[in-house]
Amino acid sequence: MSVGIVSYGTYIPKFRIKVEDIAKVWGDNADILSAGLMVNEKSVPDLDEDTVTIAVEAARAAICRSSLDPSRIEAIYTGSESHPYAVKPTSTIVAEAVEATPEMTAADLEFACKAGSAGMQACMGLVQSGMADLGLAIGSDVSQGAPGDALEYTAAAGGAAYIIGNKEEEMVAIIEDTYSFTTDTPDFWRREGMPYPEHGGRFTGEPGYFKHVLGAAKGLMNKLGTSAEDYDYAVFHQPNGKFPSRVAKMLGFSKEKIAPGLVVTRLGNTYSASCLMGIAATLDQAKPGDRIFATAFGSGAGADAFSFRVTDKIDKIRDKAPLVEELLANPVYMDYAMYAKHKGKIKRA
Amino acid sequence: MSVARFWRQQVQRYNLVGNHCRNCDEYYYPPRTTCPFCRRNGEMEEYKFSGKGELVTYTIIHSAAEGFEHQTPYVLGIVKLEEGPRLTSQIIAQPGDVKVGMKVRPVFRKLGESGDKGMLHYGTKFTPA
Repeated sequence: MSVGIVSYGTYIPKFRIKVEDIAKVWGDNADILSAGLMVNEKSVPDLDEDTVTIAVEAARAAICRSSLDPSRIEAIYTGSESHPYAVKPTSTIVAEAVEATPEMTAADLEFACKAGSAGMQACMGLVQSGMADLGLAIGSDVSQGAPGDALEYTAAAGGAAYIIGNKEEEMVAIIEDTYSFTTDTPDFWRREGMPYPEHGGRFTGEPGYFKHVLGAAKGLMNKLGTSAEDYDYAVFHQPNGKFPSRVAKMLGFSKEKIAPGLVVTRLGNTYSASCLMGIAATLDQAKPGDRIFATAFGSGAGADAFSFRVTDKIDKIRDKAPLVEELLANPVYMDYAMYAKHKGKIKRA
Repeated sequence: MSVARFWRQQVQRYNLVGNHCRNCDEYYYPPRTTCPFCRRNGEMEEYKFSGKGELVTYTIIHSAAEGFEHQTPYVLGIVKLEEGPRLTSQIIAQPGDVKVGMKVRPVFRKLGESGDKGMLHYGTKFTPA
């Protein structure tokens, strides 16, 4: 039985802070940071936005794009490292808000930046086995970076939702296959009750990101007998612009092939939504027949690789929901003081 | 707000579910148990509003109620839905960008929370269309 993306939707808060405004507060060199990270600005949630509201907006965009009956969704998985409740699912709130309840299953996932793609794989299994008609996988985060920490320059907010189905005539992209690569690697973590994550600094690079992204990407290409030349576009998890650009080069993908999905320079790292946002931005531009290669990465650590083939249906539904470029356009910039207030780093006494 | 009280109203808050009287063609939000015009002759049915509407009037809150102090200044307005009902809602916009008569659309936002340990309340607010 085929499996694929029936629809997709994204959401990005309208506020941004520039790297230079964060660097000014901590006495860092903004030019060196921006050039090194390949990130110029990042999104900031509104005072009343969190992982739940962002997940709902992305899910509603996905349902609106395909005009499907939400009661057909029989599984919802929301991946995030910033679920607002420690116990109480984000996914049930999303399910009620998109009117998919009550004949369905739901659960929240956490796997640093790849919980959204893990949800896509869970949905693939359910719809391919016939256990569910449609599955909704969401990556949504209002990620945290401690004041003055390197992560503060990139930790952003956003969400992406994918409706996964098994009827080829409904799909905008067929998922040709998926492959995962997972080990116990402590490159990034946040202990229970702690407000900010810790990370292993440079340890996050080679033994974390590169080992797992390359492991999953090469594994999938070996499984399918494909190489970079077989794909029109590629998307990799984007904690910054440097890592995905480097890993793309190592795998033989040109700069042109990763350009449409490399949204991190204007968005920051949206964690569970990071790779999924890149896939959405690529689907926003792809033509029927195009092949897209994608690999999500989550610290802890693991990577999920996917091979997509875009169908004719993309042109029929693409414009029925906001494109990623439209969500990135016309941002409202804020200074560090307002950013600190929006992120709860300072509170009224 | 008690957990049960919010839960009873969450569907109408999440998705603007009200009702419609088939007898007099009047729409209600929040939903009413009986039509106040038709009374026992009323024929009420559940109705989901699209959320499209216009701003009837607004005020800018500088001195907020408990739990909203960190959001000042913010806009509180009366929105008239296309089908007729009016409701009070926070308007997600910079105070200087708000105008009476402007078209608005619904957005899903956090409405509040019951302290640091209590439940989070979500629902509909409006933003310029």
